[in-house]
Amino acid sequence: MSPKEPPIFNEMLNGAEIRPGYQSLEKWYRSMPAELRSLKQSEAEALFRRVGITFAVYGEGGDPERLIPFDMFPRVLTNAEWRKMDRGIRQRAAALNAFLADVYDRREIIRAGRIPEHLVTNNEAYEKAVVGFRPPRGVFSHIVGIDLVRTGPDQFYVLEDNCRTPSGVSYMLQNREIMMRMFPQLFLENRIAPVDGYAGLLKKTLASVAPAKCDHEPNIVILTPGQFNSAYYEHSFLADLMGVELVEGQDLFVEGDYVWMKTTEGPKKVDVIYRRIDDAFIDPLCFRPESMLGVPGLMNVYRSGGVTICSAPGAGVADDKAVYTYVPEMVRFYLGEEPVLENVPTWQCAKADDRKYVLEHLEDLVVKEVHGSGGYGMLVGPKSDKSTIEAFAARIRHNPDNYIAQPTLALSACPTFVEEGIAPRHVDLRPYCLVGETIELVPGGLTRVALKEGSLVVNSSQGGGVKDTWVLAE
Amino acid sequence: MLSRTANHLYWMSRYLERAETTTRLLEVGARNALLPNVNGGYRNDWEAVLQAKGALEPFREKYGEPNQRNIETFLFFDADNPSSVYSCLSAARENARVVRTALTSPVWDALNTAYQELKQLQRTERSKLMVSDLTEWTMRSCHLVRGSIAATQLRNDGYNFMGIGTSLERADNTSRLIDVKYYVLLPSVSYVGSGLDQSQWALLLQSMTAQRAFNWSYTGEITASKIAHLLILNRKFPRSLAACVQWTCEYLDNIAENYHKETEAQAVAHQLFDDLSNASVEDIFDEGLHEFLARFMTRNAQLATTVHNVYLSGLPV
Amino acid sequence: MILNVRHVTRYLFDEPVRGIVQSQKLWPASCASQRVLSWAVTSEGCMRGAGFTDSAGDRVELASWRGPVSEIEIEVTGQVETIDLFGVLRDHREKVPPSAYLRATRSVAPDKGLRALSDEALGGMDSASDLDRAHALCRAVSAAIAYRPGETEAHTTAAEALAGGAGVCQDHAHALIAVAHVAGIPARYVTGYLQSDGAGASHEASHAWAELHVPTLGWVGFDPANACCPDERYIRLGSGGDAQEAAPIRGMVQGAVPVEQLVVEVVVTAGQQQQQ
Repeated sequence: MSPKEPPIFNEMLNGAEIRPGYQSLEKWYRSMPAELRSLKQSEAEALFRRVGITFAVYGEGGDPERLIPFDMFPRVLTNAEWRKMDRGIRQRAAALNAFLADVYDRREIIRAGRIPEHLVTNNEAYEKAVVGFRPPRGVFSHIVGIDLVRTGPDQFYVLEDNCRTPSGVSYMLQNREIMMRMFPQLFLENRIAPVDGYAGLLKKTLASVAPAKCDHEPNIVILTPGQFNSAYYEHSFLADLMGVELVEGQDLFVEGDYVWMKTTEGPKKVDVIYRRIDDAFIDPLCFRPESMLGVPGLMNVYRSGGVTICSAPGAGVADDKAVYTYVPEMVRFYLGEEPVLENVPTWQCAKADDRKYVLEHLEDLVVKEVHGSGGYGMLVGPKSDKSTIEAFAARIRHNPDNYIAQPTLALSACPTFVEEGIAPRHVDLRPYCLVGETIELVPGGLTRVALKEGSLVVNSSQGGGVKDTWVLAE
Repeated sequence: MLSRTANHLYWMSRYLERAETTTRLLEVGARNALLPNVNGGYRNDWEAVLQAKGALEPFREKYGEPNQRNIETFLFFDADNPSSVYSCLSAARENARVVRTALTSPVWDALNTAYQELKQLQRTERSKLMVSDLTEWTMRSCHLVRGSIAATQLRNDGYNFMGIGTSLERADNTSRLIDVKYYVLLPSVSYVGSGLDQSQWALLLQSMTAQRAFNWSYTGEITASKIAHLLILNRKFPRSLAACVQWTCEYLDNIAENYHKETEAQAVAHQLFDDLSNASVEDIFDEGLHEFLARFMTRNAQLATTVHNVYLSGLPV
Repeated sequence: MILNVRHVTRYLFDEPVRGIVQSQKLWPASCASQRVLSWAVTSEGCMRGAGFTDSAGDRVELASWRGPVSEIEIEVTGQVETIDLFGVLRDHREKVPPSAYLRATRSVAPDKGLRALSDEALGGMDSASDLDRAHALCRAVSAAIAYRPGETEAHTTAAEALAGGAGVCQDHAHALIAVAHVAGIPARYVTGYLQSDGAGASHEASHAWAELHVPTLGWVGFDPANACCPDERYIRLGSGGDAQEAAPIRGMVQGAVPVEQLVVEVVVTAGQQQQQ
């Protein structure tokens, strides 16, 4: 990385020229009076609040029903841009699942020396309890969220993979819904690929991985930690869209060979559980004994083939930041293909050479905790002062295995409404790939935007906002 | 339907109804305070109102001597008082929020708006709030939610569990309101039939918005026995015990029909209804109004327990 | 050697509970050092199901009771033929790679004391064989923690037991796992039965020890409580990362947490093969 600030790719403007796909939006913006804009903005906010879509910021206290800021200026991807991403995402989701099926079975990739054993089997997310178990269709991660960033016209990088229970898809759906309600004209002027098939595809995916023993229309449920979870709205939204029950651990019990839910008509068998609870909490008899969120005995029923848990316990070993480095290798190893999407170059502090480089270039790098998420516990070198950097260096020296570093990418920027009009703000993209009998992907994803000028942190927990994401039809 | 969902819907309705009762009690108390004392001057019956809610002790601990302002605060805004309008509406909304997707938007909007307005009221300077405004606002809000339920909810099992919550709670609350009048406001039997007695009966009618219902249903002067008939046995009056129990029966019958399964809850409810249908005002006064009401409340509570065991616990009994 | 086992676990609740669910790991697997001749797990009034062989090769079943229940009893009876293989676990079918047993749980998390014990035990043994190193660790744990019941609790960690200098077989096994981890040796907790004396004294019969992974031999059992390797007096029941993971019974009681009384009777006797 050169210490010089690299140029930022503006997704709408190429100098004075407007890029394809943005022409009508540019006109739309120019012809919108300021009063109308603020009117629409508050209308959007009221709509979000009406439907109840709110986001509680973890650990920050305050209003648990806080709104995540919605930016009305859509982000546009041309069909050609999306086609490449689509191919790359499906490829990556397939490789990640092949990896999981392998490391919980024969561990060929380790035997072949393509990934160090300790990174996998000695990983906190590697779950002994599922070794040797093949879930229905061999799928471990049924919903794969892949975070993408862009640095140039054709440069897309995968920032991280989310193989457990990626959240945010409700925003993808609601952002579109609200834009269509407020600006129907835009959808007549542009041919925008719809995203509303997501819930149907999710249900189809979950049904396709029902246990072999299930000989009827599978009973699917979403398992939530409860109404105090920050993503509770999303859980209930998805349950409603799919027409399945939203359950808490207390609604389920195991007996005999199956999991049952408590209904007003008595116990009803459950076949597929889309759980939005971490591994550690799903079964106190197998994992954390003090957990009240899970279902005692669930893992026994799972292992004996009575129920499918999505994602499979242990799926997290594939989205660990240290394992991330090896995903391109997985694509080559399992699929015999070259990766369509590149990784961000990553230095592993566990390796002496890499560590040396990282410690010498901290002011240019982003350093992340291997198991961290949500933008916590990370260092953004160029935005940090000397004492912060020094303190972080000490942490790296103390526990190098816990950190990886990446260059501070010049994330692309999209026009975003600000006080004075519009201004470019950095964005990323999280598409949601569904893996069951088939691999499915709706065109688009959740665009997160760093609303603060110059900020690179798009996490909603740290002041990021969201945008509707358009994939233009051909 | 998930037992927990049914349970939340059921309790949403119960809390909504309870908020309304608290506000009706507040009104009884406020109006009663305006009635002349038998010894001349004006009575302070606030203690009686609190006692009816079983809340006299907690109130004394927190506020000391009852006066109107404190009691208004306690019954309306106090989050520490589990039966204050604020507590009940918050609990109703919280139960609704958890099962948001089982409710139509108008129902949720009505309940959520009530809650937001209540928080607004809480911030309003107290000298600008009249008791009558508060009670009117509460009743209007409750009517709006129930109206939205009636107008928009699918007639499925969820609807019936909401109905059972309302009818069970209302039966209990009507009994309590009558009991306040008869047992607490008028501790001495010697007052029965006195002028004060009459005006308190009239007040009771008023607190249940039942004056017109009374006038249309009965002729001649207002007597205790006619009022007791209206509030306890008259199935045409929507707050009477008989009407409430009849609804509970109907909702339970609907559920049984939906599920193709008769249950013990139905049997218990119908037995209670039959017993009420066969009773007369004379029987009730012979037994003693208070004793009758106490017995009814116990049986109504047992019915609630049976409903819980059969439907809301999720396990077959 | 033929060993007969009778193991009864009884739970008594002072108030009836709404229900009980247990994950039971009560079936020994046959391997080179033990052959299961007969084995039965019985309990009244429970529903069984969801049986499977777990990743570590142990049979697991689910048992559940619908309330109200105020007493349950689980009876294990069986006969196993054993031979002395000096602790070596051979022909045991399992799927988990040994490298997955290098992670510390709370119970076996190493602290300063455990690190020092490990380093001390292996001082000057850099060129020693892996097996000798494992033996040295076992000896060190035996010497550092005296066998004394009543000094520790079920949730006592290895670090706490070492600091206290006394404990029972669970503490010994935890400490050995911890010092093995420090030395980079995969290690795990094993539960089983031990026939002590001819009398079959009840209190040591339900036993626990550790297995350390030695590349040339595979998993090898070490019993630091008795300063030896498991021999023909031992029956291996199941394993896990620590006592909690390996527990023969992991259960949950539904409803208000009642006062629970646990009664365990275990008898292991040497005997004749049953007449079929």
